[in-house]
Amino acid sequence: MLEVKNLQKSYEKDKPALTDISFNIKPGTFVAIIGPSGAGKTTILRSLNQLIKDDDGQIILDGKDIRTANKEQLRKFRRQIGMVFQNYNLVERLTVIENVLHGRLGYKSTLAGVFGKYTQEEKEEAMSLLKKVGLENFALKRCSELSGGQKQRVGIARSLIQHPKVILCDEPIASLDPASAQNVMELLKRLTDEYNLICIANLHQINMAKKYADQIIGIRKGHLVFDEDADLLSEDILRTLYDQDITKELE
Amino acid sequence: MQSPTNFLKHKGWHQTAIIAIIGGIYVFASWILSFDNLAGFTAIPRAFAWLGVNFKPTSSSMEFLPKIWQKLIQTVLLAISSTVVASAISIFIALLGSKVTGINGTVQTIVRGIASFFRNIPLVAWSMILLFSFKQSDFTGFLALLLLSIGYLIRAFMEIIEDEASETMLALKATGASYFQVIFQAVLPQILPSILSWILYTIENNVRDATLVGILTGTGIGFIFDVYFKSFRYDAAGMTVLAIIIVVIALETISNQIRRVIL
Amino acid sequence: MINADEQIIQQPNPPKSPEIKLHENSLSRTMIVVVFASLVVITGYTLMHLDAAGIQLNTAFKELATNLQQMFLQPSAGTDGFMPLLQALAGSVLLSILTTIIGAVFGFFFAVLASKNLTNAYLGAGIRVVMAVVRAIPTIIWALIFSIICGLGTTAAVLGLSFHSVAYLTKAYSESIEGIDKSTIESLKVTGAKFWVVVFQAIWPTIIASFVSWTFIRLEINFANAIAVGAAAGAGGIGYQLFVASGMSFDFHETGLIVYLVIFVTFVLEFIAVKIRQMYLNR
Ligand SMILES: Nc1ncnc2c1ncn2[C@@H]1O[C@H](COP(=O)(O)OP(=O)(O)OP(=O)(O)O)[C@@H](O)[C@H]1O
Ligand SMILES: [Mg+2]
Repeated sequence: MLEVKNLQKSYEKDKPALTDISFNIKPGTFVAIIGPSGAGKTTILRSLNQLIKDDDGQIILDGKDIRTANKEQLRKFRRQIGMVFQNYNLVERLTVIENVLHGRLGYKSTLAGVFGKYTQEEKEEAMSLLKKVGLENFALKRCSELSGGQKQRVGIARSLIQHPKVILCDEPIASLDPASAQNVMELLKRLTDEYNLICIANLHQINMAKKYADQIIGIRKGHLVFDEDADLLSEDILRTLYDQDITKELE
Repeated sequence: MQSPTNFLKHKGWHQTAIIAIIGGIYVFASWILSFDNLAGFTAIPRAFAWLGVNFKPTSSSMEFLPKIWQKLIQTVLLAISSTVVASAISIFIALLGSKVTGINGTVQTIVRGIASFFRNIPLVAWSMILLFSFKQSDFTGFLALLLLSIGYLIRAFMEIIEDEASETMLALKATGASYFQVIFQAVLPQILPSILSWILYTIENNVRDATLVGILTGTGIGFIFDVYFKSFRYDAAGMTVLAIIIVVIALETISNQIRRVIL
Repeated sequence: MINADEQIIQQPNPPKSPEIKLHENSLSRTMIVVVFASLVVITGYTLMHLDAAGIQLNTAFKELATNLQQMFLQPSAGTDGFMPLLQALAGSVLLSILTTIIGAVFGFFFAVLASKNLTNAYLGAGIRVVMAVVRAIPTIIWALIFSIICGLGTTAAVLGLSFHSVAYLTKAYSESIEGIDKSTIESLKVTGAKFWVVVFQAIWPTIIASFVSWTFIRLEINFANAIAVGAAAGAGGIGYQLFVASGMSFDFHETGLIVYLVIFVTFVLEFIAVKIRQMYLNR
């Protein structure tokens, strides 16, 4: 269970980027965060694993507040929270399997991590995850040789090997063609159910959000304006969310 | 908004003005420096004619070859070792000072300041100061090249880290990896080829700069050229230049081949 | 569900054996290791055989520290006076500007003729080889060579610096030109435009930003070279003053002042370069 209570953040004084954001997410839920550009979606997502230090509020994962964690505890929190990026953020020169194994670093001693020593079980798990995301034949390929959709699936495998409770996806399909985008969304949805994950994705495509998400959170100018089941997202709400009539796009 | 014709007119006027300004600067600089353009440009063919006659190595100049070769190898070795030591120091400082991997804002500012300071102290100044303390020795040349290279490499390495490693750095940080794990598993593997490419480039550059350092501090290939040149042994001087050309072009070619494979 | 067409490239199945490999030995990995290892070995060898002329290293370093302290903490104009130093500095700045202009004009001309996507292959290859040779010869040697014909002084310095500038900028510009999209050139060629019309209407506007960057980079190099030539070929300017102060009269206070002046100029040049580059990029 992830509970966010009264989250506040401003990058500059008196210009709040987030105001009083609160929501709850149960395990096994795929959540889409939607809202216009600059609304604060990235800020929320990065606060959840404290890549951005927010100003006030609570972020409670299974009863423990991540915001009050010290450095060592934060590392332990972060390894329970996977992250998937719009630009994949892989080490392009390394192979697919090496990139997947990077997800294990949070569990290793500094020295073992520095020298990249992984156990046999970890390697086997990496292979089986690659199989899960459909890349078992690419394990020894360099990431720079992959297509965008394939890279994103490596990114997903990297977050899965962390054995996460939560996966955060910041615009996971914004750089992908429609077919690969469908693919990645379906994969995320399937993994959410299979591992009983909390998967939170920032999306710009409302039709994708409606199609795949169980729960939708709407953000506008740093305020939460909508937090319901995906079915309840109406045209009225979209109009207030985006300040304009974009419902045509849905057809 | 301007109309298209107005825009084109404006642009044409703009270009004319820029050309006029640059031309003006040229004339002004020539006048102040009393550089006679005509005499200058007619000197070029004369210089080459002179080179053709005097710099042509003769059979007797062959006897200089072993000496030249030995000095040249020595110079290349100095260029390589100063670059390697400089890069080891620079990568460390660059990691501390880059926006991505750096410690904090203050350290970043200090590192940037130091790097540009080192880079902009003229090689002549380094050579002369070091010559005073370390006398006429290879060590002087080594230190002069080292100090100049450090200035260049810190900046180059910091830019590489910031351009190439910021995204992966963030991703690994989000998995809960520790600082050193991120550096060794993400940052270094990512930037290694670009680092190597810069090291090769610096080696080439240092071979050329070593000539200057050599003339000033009496070491290596620069010294031997200076000696032949000033004692009017032009055939031997020509041989030295030829040897430099061969070595620099060979280094450039090898570096390009290596780059093609690693990048 | 994961689309199959992305897996057309069939890879050999990864080993299911107990030992799972993390990467194959690729040429690029091996090359990096080999090059780094050889560099380190060469360095180790050189450092162990480095001739230090029998000096006491720690006294030398102590002496260096004193000199550096005199330079950087107590700079002064010394016997030359501040104004003559400023004049000499201005001379070096003008020398570097002058030679950069020469380098840019001739460099652009040769770059157009040397670019693979513009001219015939033989002419291009010929120019590239000549420029590679010119570049291989250090600026200081060019200046010394010209000093025999023109005598020690400005003319030799201008020619020496210009030669290297032209060769350097030819390479830099022609790399920019070769990066231009083919279609830009073709779209003008098919209208029947003459060669130099294409150059100035299509090529020039496309590369102007990188042209400006490279020219300013060269200006900074030329300033450093102007100092070097002044010192080592006696061609005057602040370089000569630096040489006299540090190598003949051993006045490290004055050396310090000169170094500060030089650093100041390079900062100004860098600042101007950044501003002008911004101007061209924002257009
Ligand atoms: N590092 C920063 N410094 C200052 N202001 C920032 C910073 N990052 C974001 N902001 C501001 O905070 C607000 C929210 O930004 P955020 O990146 O969270 O928006 P977003 O919803 O993710 O937008 P997009 O859909 O374009 O990615 C914006 O007004 C932005 O200008
Ligand atoms: Mg965003």
